[in-house]
Amino acid sequence: MEILRIENLSKSFYLHYPGLEIRSCHDVSMTLNKGEFIGIVGASGAGKSTILKCINRSYLPSQGELWYDSEALGKVNLSTATEREILYLRRFEIGYVSQFLNVMPRTTAKEHVMSALIDMDCTTKQAEADAKEMLSYFKLPETLWDIYPVTFSGGERLRLNLAHAMVKKPRLLMLDEPTASLDNKTKILVRDILLELKGADTSMIGIFHDIEFMEDVCDKVFNISDGTLVS
Amino acid sequence: MLETPVLSVKDLVVRYGEACPKCAESLEKNRCSVCGCVWAANNLSLEVYPGEVLGIVGESGSGKTTLMRTLYFDIAPTAGSAVLHDYKDASQSIWEASTAEQRMIKNNIMGMVYQNPVMGLRMNYSAASNIAEKIIAAGSRNAAQMTARATELLEAVEILTSRMSEAPKNFSGGMQQRVQISKALANNPSLLLLDEVTTGLDLSVQAKVLDLIRKIKAQYGISILLVSHDLAVIRMLADRTIVMLDGKIVESGLTDQILEDPQHAYTQQLVHSLI
Repeated sequence: MEILRIENLSKSFYLHYPGLEIRSCHDVSMTLNKGEFIGIVGASGAGKSTILKCINRSYLPSQGELWYDSEALGKVNLSTATEREILYLRRFEIGYVSQFLNVMPRTTAKEHVMSALIDMDCTTKQAEADAKEMLSYFKLPETLWDIYPVTFSGGERLRLNLAHAMVKKPRLLMLDEPTASLDNKTKILVRDILLELKGADTSMIGIFHDIEFMEDVCDKVFNISDGTLVS
Repeated sequence: MLETPVLSVKDLVVRYGEACPKCAESLEKNRCSVCGCVWAANNLSLEVYPGEVLGIVGESGSGKTTLMRTLYFDIAPTAGSAVLHDYKDASQSIWEASTAEQRMIKNNIMGMVYQNPVMGLRMNYSAASNIAEKIIAAGSRNAAQMTARATELLEAVEILTSRMSEAPKNFSGGMQQRVQISKALANNPSLLLLDEVTTGLDLSVQAKVLDLIRKIKAQYGISILLVSHDLAVIRMLADRTIVMLDGKIVESGLTDQILEDPQHAYTQQLVHSLI
């Protein structure tokens, strides 16, 4: 069953100063089925992250359609959906993991993971239990749970990011280089949880530089060069 | 996905000074070069939905505070309408309400936190009395309940209850802002108007206020209209954001889209100025 169909997606950025158009991705089409994992590879600046950001609507697509089959809203074209629809989908159905951690000030690691569930109207008690389970899974030491993540190392931040996105078990999960700066042991943990999510019918699109990692988890791999799908 | 907005503003115009027939073609920024009148808000329309934070950004003089103060009846609009879901089921503009009804709306449905605490607090009354004043205005006369509510709210904003009898004039800027927030929340409003609440506060106090706003949103499910110069504050708190320039809305969208893929020349300039 198809969960996401990208049709002729193009994205250009127009910079008013100095009056310049920058083309990022062009005429990209692909289909993602339920429980499937698509990997995207390509050189830096090839337009890989742009595709994910268009699906997440952090970028406004210039052309093309992105049909997502929502559990609650039915077929939704993510490029034209209302802002409220996108916010709903981000809360309940779509997850996005970037390489960067964005945490509210004075929010501990545990509270950060809990916030994803509280946003989904989960009780504080349940959110805390699930957050602890997820933090344990990612082997974030218990001594760090009640600490503000500003002091965390790169790897610890990344694990926290993954825990925050995965704790809500989204239907569609996007991963933008989630294993960059992780050691091999943690990469294996990430691989295992991705496979577990895949087994539970979560559909995923990920950008990876680690080809070996990608071969372990992906069903299909797309190669992007100069913003265009080449294979 | 059908949702009823908590607040719906349509075609709001706030003009300072008498207009002339040439205003429409003679506006330089938001000032008419012929008659000198200022169009502080020029056909603004927006909606705020349940439980969301709507951010408003823009340079000084773009009309952000005018919008907030018009919504809170401090300034009379020149034209336009604003309906609140909690006032007569959105059937009548709040600007057409009688003075007594406007007072009721300010006390029961909306809460306002001004950039300058002097505007929102009685500096010589105690912190608890400031909150009690708001509760009394909403019709309550039970002293024990008022004290309990003031204690609860001041605790929520991390003001020591041992200081609740002190006047805000003795408090720091951050504490005054937090007392203002607790006062605005006194009667469980459905809409909170926050005008530059973190401006001028040092980083640690700013973090406390941001944390408080986040908790208010999560715990009470209140809708918030948040004006800020600080794009970092907007990024952290706002679900959607409106960009204002010269009294007009030039761009609106999801906050991350506004910050990562701004479309309007002014928004690009604003985002590219981020340190």
